[in-house]
Amino acid sequence: MTATCPECDAEIILTGKVLVGEIVTCPECGTELEVIDLNPPQLDLAPQEEEDWGE
Amino acid sequence: MRIGILCSRIRVEEKILFETMEKRGLPFEQIDDRTVIFDMQHNGWGKYDVVLERCINHSRALYALRILDDWGVPTVNTYLVADTCGNKLLTTSALIRDGIPSPRTLVAFTPESALEAIERLGYPVVLKPAVGSWGRLLSKLNDREAAEAVLEHKEVLGTYQHSIFYIQEYIRKPGRDIRAFVVGNETICAIYRNAEHWITNTARGGVASNCPVTPELNALCAAAGRAVGGGVVAVDVLEDPDRGFLVNEVNYTMEFRNSIAPTGVDIPGRVIDFLVKVADEGWEAANGWRPTTTATTPTDKAARIP
Repeated sequence: MTATCPECDAEIILTGKVLVGEIVTCPECGTELEVIDLNPPQLDLAPQEEEDWGE
Repeated sequence: MRIGILCSRIRVEEKILFETMEKRGLPFEQIDDRTVIFDMQHNGWGKYDVVLERCINHSRALYALRILDDWGVPTVNTYLVADTCGNKLLTTSALIRDGIPSPRTLVAFTPESALEAIERLGYPVVLKPAVGSWGRLLSKLNDREAAEAVLEHKEVLGTYQHSIFYIQEYIRKPGRDIRAFVVGNETICAIYRNAEHWITNTARGGVASNCPVTPELNALCAAAGRAVGGGVVAVDVLEDPDRGFLVNEVNYTMEFRNSIAPTGVDIPGRVIDFLVKVADEGWEAANGWRPTTTATTPTDKAARIP
């Protein structure tokens, strides 16, 4: 499964079981991306860390 | 059984939890907190036997859990647990209330009184935001000049929440701290987080290795879990050279990806066991606070709005 990085236009290969909401890192530009759709695979910039994020 | 999982960002932990439920044949629904609308007068979540909260935003987790708890929808964890653990000041207060050893902590509400509190405690001290995680914005203050600078920055650059000054004594720990995983009334496993830096979070580069769960550690961490309201929590423990174990923090949406291999414990499996028990028998039984029954308790179901 492949998708395009919205930041640098690189083609990214998504391996294993991929889920909507999962975060991947573009191997070319290092941007954090979120899987927003699987049919067809689509990536968007992942939300930026906020002050109340955590575990 | 129908399980709802409230989350947004799918971390490694969420993927493992999903896989665990799939392997067990447990039907679940992934609910993205970015798309949720709570119609507060109408409970649309009564279809779930239990909801597992895995939000990455503390505020979203807190408000969602409050609504679900008030609707009578069983949740893991509860609003009380999230509220207490999500705020270090409330956590420390609960630990002290229950007689659980923790680092000495002072709280002040102005930069002037905070400076006085810091000097009373003696350098170095650790200044932490009451709400925050992953070791962010922690300050180790070694002298008055550093204290004055950080306090001014917090007052000028921070939100009002940064003017709630949570000031803790600095514990000279042995290059590591302990993270213990508590499910109900049992400490199921623990890791050492080893780091040369005084901040040992694995999110900040701390390296995990197995920590044996002694009867003392088990009792302490189980009591800490109980103090914050029970459930599935991760308890951070410091080793003081003179006083022994001190409970530092408790986390309520725990991350465990780095802890399964070193401990050999199926942490996600134990989380799901607990989740199912809450759905079947209610919060108190799942926590071991009252005897286990085989049937669903009427009080848990009766409280739920259809």
